[in-house]
Amino acid sequence: MFKKIFLYSLITNFFFTKKIFAAESGGMPQLDPEFWISQIFWLVLTFGMLYIVLSKLILPKISANLELRKSQIQENIEAAEKQRESSEAKLKEFDGIILKSKVEAKNIFKDAREKVIKNINSKKEILDKQIDDEIKKAEVEIDTLRQSAPEKINKIAVVTSAEILKKLIGAEVNNSSISAIVDDLVKKNGDKYYGH
Amino acid sequence: MAANPMTQFEVYRIGPEIKVGAFDISFTNASLFMVISSLAILIIFNLGSKKNSILPNKIQLLAELSYSFVSKMISDTAGSKAKPYFSFIFSLFMFVLFCNMFGMIPYTFTVTSHIIVTFILAAFIFIGVTVVGFIKHGFGYLKLFVPSGVPIVLLPLIVVIEIISYLSRPISLSVRLFANMMAGHTMMKVFGGFVVSLGIVGGWLPLSFSVALTGLEILVAFLQAYVFAILTCIYLNDALNLHH
Repeated sequence: MFKKIFLYSLITNFFFTKKIFAAESGGMPQLDPEFWISQIFWLVLTFGMLYIVLSKLILPKISANLELRKSQIQENIEAAEKQRESSEAKLKEFDGIILKSKVEAKNIFKDAREKVIKNINSKKEILDKQIDDEIKKAEVEIDTLRQSAPEKINKIAVVTSAEILKKLIGAEVNNSSISAIVDDLVKKNGDKYYGH
Repeated sequence: MAANPMTQFEVYRIGPEIKVGAFDISFTNASLFMVISSLAILIIFNLGSKKNSILPNKIQLLAELSYSFVSKMISDTAGSKAKPYFSFIFSLFMFVLFCNMFGMIPYTFTVTSHIIVTFILAAFIFIGVTVVGFIKHGFGYLKLFVPSGVPIVLLPLIVVIEIISYLSRPISLSVRLFANMMAGHTMMKVFGGFVVSLGIVGGWLPLSFSVALTGLEILVAFLQAYVFAILTCIYLNDALNLHH
């Protein structure tokens, strides 16, 4: 079946190709000057019209459209740039405010601290003074007590010695003689007794 | 079946014969596709420029991308002095591109596959560039033919070569476009013919070639329009900024 078709096509093929090459002797229609004038005329006419309409009406419009778009986009970009700048300025301002308030807070804290420290210091000073005064008073008291102590002790010693003598021997001894003895003892051994 | 691959390039009259004096300016299939291409360009770019939204819709994006593409191409090759010629180069690029692309639709006619069309375009560019050069630089424009730093002995030869290369610009420009378009379309037609003649058994190979060629031809259609426009820019650059 296929073989038949193939053979058939080969045969017809031969006829057709013969026909093709036979008809080719006509040459190029391009070189036939019959319609040259007509082609020139219509070329000049159509191309001229095309050129005039394009250059006068259409191309300026396209160019204007392009320019307009370009300028519009440029404008938008500029506006965006401006907004960005303003927002940046605002941000800077905000940052400044924050910085300032931070410094202020620091200052307030510092002031408060100083105040408190000063307060504490002054109070401490007062207290120290009071304590010093107290200590001085106490010291003075102790001093006076200490100064008066030997005398008192001497007196006590004299009186008690007198009492003891009275009880022991039942005789009254003159206080002045006892005190003389005590004084004598004190003079001899006072350092031992009072730690001076 | 149109077996001859060249019949697709035939020009025929549509409607009555119009004669102005001795000249036949009848409306032909070539004229039809010139009109269609121009109208398509105008419609697309009119729609693309009508509304201006910050986020462009598809057709507006297309128009604006084409605009910036051509604008960048001109400023890259010819510098800022070429700005007044932007409209012309844009029209030229779009016209050639659309004619090439419309030619890729089956059963259409490719305007740019005709040497006379491409030659008129190239000749106009050549004359225009030369005029611009002489207006900008006066007779100083002739310095274009005298490259700097060439030994005196070689100078006569170099000048002759430069003049020949300058004068051959319109020919090379027009033949490049015409030959590319014609060769591509002829090749596609030949492969298409093979598909028919080899039938259901052997036709698959040329068919796949045809598909691949269609992609290639679309690329060539764009590329040739680009080359045509960029060469115009380069010639314009020579006229505007005399480097030699």
